[in-house]
Amino acid sequence: MSGTKAAIPSAGPDFEHLLAQEVVIEAGEDETRTGAQRVALDHSPRAPLEGAHRSDSLSRLRQRAGVSATPELQQEVEQFLYLQAELLDGKHWQAFIDLFAVDGVYWMPVAPEQTEWEGSPSIFAEDKLMMEIRKGRVSHPNAWSQAPMWETNHLVSHVALEAVSDGEIRVRSRFHMMELRRDDVRHFGGRYLHTLVRDGAGALKIKLQRVDLFNSQAPFDYVLQVWV
Amino acid sequence: MDVNALVEPDRVHKTVYTDPEIFDLEMEKIWERIWVYCGHESQVAQAGDYYAVTIGRQPMIMIRQPDKSVQVLYNRCPHRGVQIVGNLKGNTGSSFVCSYHAWSFHLDGSVRAIPLAKGYEGTRMTKDNPDCGMKRAARVASYRGFVFASLVDDGPSLDDFLGEAKIAFDDMCDRSPVGEVEVVPYCHRVMQHSNWKFFMENQLDALHPSVTHQSTGISAGRVEKRLKAESGSAPLYYHYLSTFASSFEQWDAVQTINFPHGHGILKAYMGLRPRDPDTLEYEALLKDAYGEDKCEEYLSRSIHHVLVYPYLSVQSPLQQLRCLRPVAADKTMSEIWHFRLKGAPEAIYRRSLWYYNLVNSPATMINADDLENWSKGQWGLQSKGGDWVSFHRWFGDDREENGVTYSNHGTSEAVMRNQFKAWATYLDGAAA
Repeated sequence: MSGTKAAIPSAGPDFEHLLAQEVVIEAGEDETRTGAQRVALDHSPRAPLEGAHRSDSLSRLRQRAGVSATPELQQEVEQFLYLQAELLDGKHWQAFIDLFAVDGVYWMPVAPEQTEWEGSPSIFAEDKLMMEIRKGRVSHPNAWSQAPMWETNHLVSHVALEAVSDGEIRVRSRFHMMELRRDDVRHFGGRYLHTLVRDGAGALKIKLQRVDLFNSQAPFDYVLQVWV
Repeated sequence: MDVNALVEPDRVHKTVYTDPEIFDLEMEKIWERIWVYCGHESQVAQAGDYYAVTIGRQPMIMIRQPDKSVQVLYNRCPHRGVQIVGNLKGNTGSSFVCSYHAWSFHLDGSVRAIPLAKGYEGTRMTKDNPDCGMKRAARVASYRGFVFASLVDDGPSLDDFLGEAKIAFDDMCDRSPVGEVEVVPYCHRVMQHSNWKFFMENQLDALHPSVTHQSTGISAGRVEKRLKAESGSAPLYYHYLSTFASSFEQWDAVQTINFPHGHGILKAYMGLRPRDPDTLEYEALLKDAYGEDKCEEYLSRSIHHVLVYPYLSVQSPLQQLRCLRPVAADKTMSEIWHFRLKGAPEAIYRRSLWYYNLVNSPATMINADDLENWSKGQWGLQSKGGDWVSFHRWFGDDREENGVTYSNHGTSEAVMRNQFKAWATYLDGAAA
């Protein structure tokens, strides 16, 4: 190798010329001439355009931007969501459950097009009794899967009030949860849609929390133990 | 490899779970020969609908034909080897087109057009050469809508391979008044960091639930009991969870039936025939469809799980199916599917859906602890702490009749012994 210069061959003027040339291929009728143009008409091998963020129509997004809420309400709702995230990260399971109304539901659908928590294939579909079972399970001394060190860290952002009426507040937000389990970190991201109501004392309570994981249909490396 | 040195009647050597070379042999001698489940026909309802599926180490495509039949092809372009479909599922229209050089294929894999075909004149790669088409699985067959493929021409028919395990699909479909199921179009995929055998053994291991799942069983039992005290009854789905905490003695009374080829059944223990109005309405439909006797036969079958060895666990009374796709000696993907009974009332679907959501979803309160066990099992077997895995419980106690082993005790490790009998036969090359 020594002595010779590492000569990287230049493409030369001909190649440069080709790069500058725009080639237009017309779709032809002659089947023997080419495969691509001839057969591609009804061929759509792409994944369908569906994803966690697709279920919002443009008009709904614009409509949401027009919802006016007082700065006080916006702040109260934001603080409520941050509190919920902190309760999860702190493993305060009962306090987490207490954020829900008596008939409150935590729902993580499989896909964004799903609209009803009851009767749908779901990742989570839990009323308060089922949440109590989950709490009891992870708190049990022989919950074996709880033995390894595990922690979560939630970030909640993009808090946007979508609809405000006398009785209900619908608020959309984004989350990013990092989870440490044993020696590995996993990531879950997506959107929350909280439907909030007020209890007799005026405190915010969750009537329905919908959680759309953006990676809900990707393979799960291990499973989810508690609410995201 | 000396199979007899690894598999003894009452124990197996740890390397069958950990050795990458043994894993490769399993792929070659088992998965890439036997009938492997591809999917349900309703996953590919229309011509051009496809589903990408892995058979052993082979990337395959299950594809609905214009004549309504289902074909299984290698996901590989015969030109330069590039995979043809890049997504898990979809509709490919009237043809497959390779993204690299636009070779195109009919839905049965035969070549449709080669670009600049003139350039192939005088070579062996002309359109009339069958090698210019996408290769097909050697054999494709379906049983009651469930599609299987085998990558070799020889070996038993699908019917013979499934044998008594056909009951998995019969039991599921017979519960529909029209004898058919359709897929719920979502598939949960869960990766386990352990050998596939952990899953298959665990499915019929009746000793583990009250140990492994006690936290969930006890917690659910507490709420169930309170509900019953408050309102006289609790929905059936609480029982799905609380039953896991049954006593050793109760589990020991649940029999396993172990068939040739490693297949097997864990008999029923949950009691899925309550007398509520929904159930009565449903049973009336079945009686209309099949008559009193058949209806009774179908609904009184004692089945909790059916295993199709070495990769399928079918919970037919609740229409759940889990299929293993081994990735490596210490890595296994499971696909989790759910089905609807065609023509059955919505309430019956919802009853089974609770099981899917609570036990089989990726937020499962049950399998979380199984997966933990299996990871730790894999690590333990990789250690130098011992060479053998014990299957001695109730060894010598089981009853064998016409090649079928009936356990006298639910907790008998007859299940694992029977699975390894099949495994050894496959790896010995004596069975196809």
